[in-house]
Amino acid sequence: MSTRLATGGRLLNKQKALTFTFNGKQLRGFDGDTLASALLANDQMLVGRSFKYHRPRGLVASGAEEPNGLVNMGAEGTFEPNQRVTTTELFDGLTAQSQNHWPSLDFDVGAINTHLSRFLPAGFYYKMFMHPRPLWKHVYEPFIRQSAGLGCAPKARDADTYEHFHFFCDVMVIGGGVAGLQAAKTAAATGAKVLLVEQSAHWGGRGPVDGGTVDGVPVENYVDQIISELETMPNVTLRKRLMGAGVYDHGYVLGYEQLRDHAPENPGPRHRLWRIRAGHIVTATGAIERPLPFAGNDIPGVMLASAMRDYLVNYGVSTGDRTVVVTNNDDAYLTAFDLKNAGLSVPVILDARVLARDSPAMEQAKALGIRVMMGHAVASVKGTKRVTGVCVCSQAGEGAVLEEIACDAVAMSGGWSPVVHLWSHCGGKLIWDETQAHFRPDVDKAPMGAQGEAFVTAAGAANGALRLADALGDGDQAGKLAAAATGFKVRQTSCPVGDSPEEAPMMPVWLMPQGAGVKLRSKAWLDYQNDVKVSDVQLAAQEGFESVEHAKRYTTLGMATDQGKLSNINGLATLAGALNSTIPQVGTTTFRPPYTPISMGSIAGEARGEVFQPIRRTPMHNWHDAHGAEWEPVGHWRRPYAYVRDGENTHDAVMRETRNARENLGLLDASTLGKLVVKGPDAGKFLDMLYTNMMSTLKPGKCRYGLMCSENGFLIDDGVVARIDEDTFLCHTTTGGAERIHQHMEEWLQTEWWDWQVYVANVTEQYAQVAVVGPNARKALEKLGGMDVSKDALGFMEWADGHLGGFKVRVYRISFSGELSYEIAVDAGQGQAFWDALMVVGHDLGVMPYGTEALHILRAEKGFIMIGDETDGTVIPQDLGLHWAISKKKDDFLGKRAQERSHMTDPERWKLVGLETLSGAVLPDGAYAVGEGENANGQKTMIGRVTSSYHSPNLGKGIAMGLVLHGPDRMGEVLEFPGTEGATYKARIVDPVFYDKDGEKANV
Amino acid sequence: MSEPVTALGGASADNGIATLAEASLQGMISLRGDLTASAVKKAVTSASGAAMPEQGRVTAEGDRALCWMSPDELLLLCPYDAVGETLDRMHKALAKSHALAVNVSDARAMFRVSGARAREVMAKLSPVDLAPDQFTPGMFRRTRLAQVPAAFWMPEEEAFHIICFRSQAQYVFDVLTVAAQPGSSVGVYQE
Amino acid sequence: MLILSCPVCGVTAEETEFQGGGEAHLKRFGPGASEDDFESYLFMRENPREVHFERWRHAYGCGKWFHAARCTTTLEVFGTYAAQTTEPPKDLRDKISEKRPNWTWREFK
Repeated sequence: MSTRLATGGRLLNKQKALTFTFNGKQLRGFDGDTLASALLANDQMLVGRSFKYHRPRGLVASGAEEPNGLVNMGAEGTFEPNQRVTTTELFDGLTAQSQNHWPSLDFDVGAINTHLSRFLPAGFYYKMFMHPRPLWKHVYEPFIRQSAGLGCAPKARDADTYEHFHFFCDVMVIGGGVAGLQAAKTAAATGAKVLLVEQSAHWGGRGPVDGGTVDGVPVENYVDQIISELETMPNVTLRKRLMGAGVYDHGYVLGYEQLRDHAPENPGPRHRLWRIRAGHIVTATGAIERPLPFAGNDIPGVMLASAMRDYLVNYGVSTGDRTVVVTNNDDAYLTAFDLKNAGLSVPVILDARVLARDSPAMEQAKALGIRVMMGHAVASVKGTKRVTGVCVCSQAGEGAVLEEIACDAVAMSGGWSPVVHLWSHCGGKLIWDETQAHFRPDVDKAPMGAQGEAFVTAAGAANGALRLADALGDGDQAGKLAAAATGFKVRQTSCPVGDSPEEAPMMPVWLMPQGAGVKLRSKAWLDYQNDVKVSDVQLAAQEGFESVEHAKRYTTLGMATDQGKLSNINGLATLAGALNSTIPQVGTTTFRPPYTPISMGSIAGEARGEVFQPIRRTPMHNWHDAHGAEWEPVGHWRRPYAYVRDGENTHDAVMRETRNARENLGLLDASTLGKLVVKGPDAGKFLDMLYTNMMSTLKPGKCRYGLMCSENGFLIDDGVVARIDEDTFLCHTTTGGAERIHQHMEEWLQTEWWDWQVYVANVTEQYAQVAVVGPNARKALEKLGGMDVSKDALGFMEWADGHLGGFKVRVYRISFSGELSYEIAVDAGQGQAFWDALMVVGHDLGVMPYGTEALHILRAEKGFIMIGDETDGTVIPQDLGLHWAISKKKDDFLGKRAQERSHMTDPERWKLVGLETLSGAVLPDGAYAVGEGENANGQKTMIGRVTSSYHSPNLGKGIAMGLVLHGPDRMGEVLEFPGTEGATYKARIVDPVFYDKDGEKANV
Repeated sequence: MSEPVTALGGASADNGIATLAEASLQGMISLRGDLTASAVKKAVTSASGAAMPEQGRVTAEGDRALCWMSPDELLLLCPYDAVGETLDRMHKALAKSHALAVNVSDARAMFRVSGARAREVMAKLSPVDLAPDQFTPGMFRRTRLAQVPAAFWMPEEEAFHIICFRSQAQYVFDVLTVAAQPGSSVGVYQE
Repeated sequence: MLILSCPVCGVTAEETEFQGGGEAHLKRFGPGASEDDFESYLFMRENPREVHFERWRHAYGCGKWFHAARCTTTLEVFGTYAAQTTEPPKDLRDKISEKRPNWTWREFK
């Protein structure tokens, strides 16, 4: 069994005991534990069930590469699935549940799959669920959905907050092991601004566990020493619990900082996503030990040799009492020594190699009295929920059992793979190292930055420099290189010398024993989390999935949340073997960020809840809110859709507001309409190019409605232009169009007509603008007093500056409703006060504010088009019968040439008409009119569609506008519009102006 | 006539790692023109009393300042009540020049973020290097603040002035509040 | 995410401050232009491997348009230059030739 030893545990504070619960069971650990070490200390080796076969699984690793130890953490607003126990620091009160089992971890019904595994080979789902087709939707998919997925989705809203932070440095070092520390120190010595980050809570990486000395000092002390030096340097920033998650173009790095996961009682954000720009990046991300593929290598108790060492040295936890070590290299011997020194039993070291002479490690093992069997291997592991023993065989054979050795743990090592993820994220290439049997960065093919320079350097174990002495020198070199690359002068300094024992060469082992038959191969796991075995990869190759990317997807090798950190190299080697190819020829799959999963909250940062999007508010926003406004989003703006009174529904409110604007007095907050000042000697010429109509002939004091098109000829905006003086125009745009049209103007001024003398300023938000609409509009303004707003003084389509009720105003006599109407602009800071004043004088005149829906109905009654309703980016002014607004005198304007193209002049283009249902009902918005026959795809022929549709309270019936084939020539014809629920609407084609065709109401 | 108000009526917060406050009414005049033309230079320097700012900088004199927005745009800051008179003076001085000067005082909102952690609060929201050796008083930066455009400068160490659109004032104040929340110190800039 | 230097305001900033504006140096064809010329102006675009010339706008900064020469495979930025020109400046073309001999782009090389 696994247990806490009386001594050891360099990272523990044994004075501080912590309580936590796992699957409802209360357990104890110490400050400094990870959840994994604390579980092991409580003999909780079984931590989960595998994804496909529901096999019992225990801890395999001690770090980010752990595939099995995933749990649901927390509850309610802090619940989160798939938390890795090996990287979760223990805190008091932590609660966790294991995943992927039912009804319990110990007894899981789904485990039946492991007995069915013969029938669930690679590609099973692809093959099985192809036919018959209808079963997919109703049977297969629901079944797969139910059985798929790890953990549970959170149900409650995330109670935590998150944030981003932008940081800039010359050199960023990712990884706080000895190579990273040395690289940071060397780079910092040149004066470069250095950021050093470490994903865990501890500096030193594997160094302190694996031992050795630096300049005669134990590694652990050396680490403390270098950290205290770096801490005093003003140009160095050190961060623990900050993972380099991804490396992107031009030196961009995402850093994932876990601020409160280890201390939830602290205030502040939970995670901080660092958005880092580094001149040069050193990836000192270490290496990951590989499992050995032998039968039963997934039985709880089989663990990576280095992980077992970590649990022992860092946390004082023994994985088992009797541990068999199986290896193809010298490094795993360290585990045997540490176990032995802790007083635990190591019955045998099974070493797959046959060497001419003993290495120092072997000699030491023998000196410690450990039995070493060279050329031997594990044939299979015995046990189900826990290792009970191993069957020993020759590595060279097919697995004939020579001996059975009882044990409760197996420490395995298949060699080490550099963590090349960050190097590879942005295009760094790899080379295959035959000696160490791993991929490592190819220094000649580094990721390229903004200047075409290499901007990443790998260092230490991440660069294949696995031994302490090599890693230090490599880190030093990387630090110098990084500093020089960012323009700092590097002085030749001596590098501390690391001392670690000589090692005998490792021997690649891709299958144990090398001649293992199918029975053993189908129990030799490659990918623990996704349940991919040696036999699956071989089957994929046999079935023709020869490309590594295909084999990956067919078998799901490396596609789990651990992204194949343990399994990829073994899988590639298996594939290469099955294809009679070499590993470098097969190549790797693509490494994509993030290195390990990061929280969605950290990606969102502050953008949640109220500030998810920047909502734009007019100066009268709060008044609207207090008076029953239901909001309509228009771009980022919020406009009142309608002001709903007590006892009314929204429809009632819209009808009331629409009627009142025609009968009495309506107020509309029109502040969101864009207002652009266009000034200069060439302003008239410029606007003639931008609008389809002639603007240069407009007289000061007058207004003109204008249309704007893109170079493609399509309508992009409309609005009223007022000429302020000879050189100055004020152009109104649609709501949400201000920035877009401002940019459109600037684009043409800056990139095409840069010699024209025109300046544009966006003054949209300088003004609050109120439309005062209805038969009583003039009376209201006269009650405010201060300027003459009579028909003679201020005619239709004129504007004037003046004062109303003491407010400095600009009054435009324009109408989008067909009523007598004034749009009045005041400084935004007085917008609310002006609105209040209008409400007061309007009290006896029947004043009511109205929202955007009433605005729409009023304009539709008059047949006025709305950009975004009647237009959709494919509509030209000619389609809408707006020929009167297209100048024929001008040689050129944006869109003119396009409107001459054959498709644009095609008489078959759909044209705007009014539509009136025979029943008086409201046509569904967007409904299509169907004609005779079918098109090439066997669909009914479409001959028109509804672009706007409302119930008009003023006319007492449904009115609509639409684009119809030959529409204006078919007045009076009845069209059929199938609705969504079987109903078909019949509507007659009519003139689009439904109300006050002669415009008498506005002309008073 | 009534007293004009700012977008948020003087909102403030000081329970976080920095002090946030909406500034009171601020006069702002946007000038478009050729900043190398002597008539333009003369018009803005005499209207503000401040020296012509270099690219990417702000110059101040008393309660007036000139902010460099682009090679053909300046933002003149002056007391709110002095905008009309200042604008008139500029219009006169620019009568013969191709230039555009408009009052944008009410189109903008202005905030002050201050305290030892002010740089950190800003660096959470803007993609700008705000290390003390990289961004210093006198610099003027137009950039992105979370999801909206903004401009800021440091009137002195440990303080930022931010200008944004009036309609986005509430958003800006709210994101600043999140960025300055208690317990969110980053602790990277040397003090 | 790219870094670009705005030649107008001198700021070097990350891509989120900018807005891409498509291919550079398009010649406008208006009324009177042939169908072919107008079609190529509206729709025909380069899709080069390696050297490319683009329009960008410093959207969150000074608001100005400029041009950038970029490598579409390595994302190297050869340089940025003013929008008010109809062709890439000579010194930039020479610089590109040093790094990518034999490059061509439309009529330029």
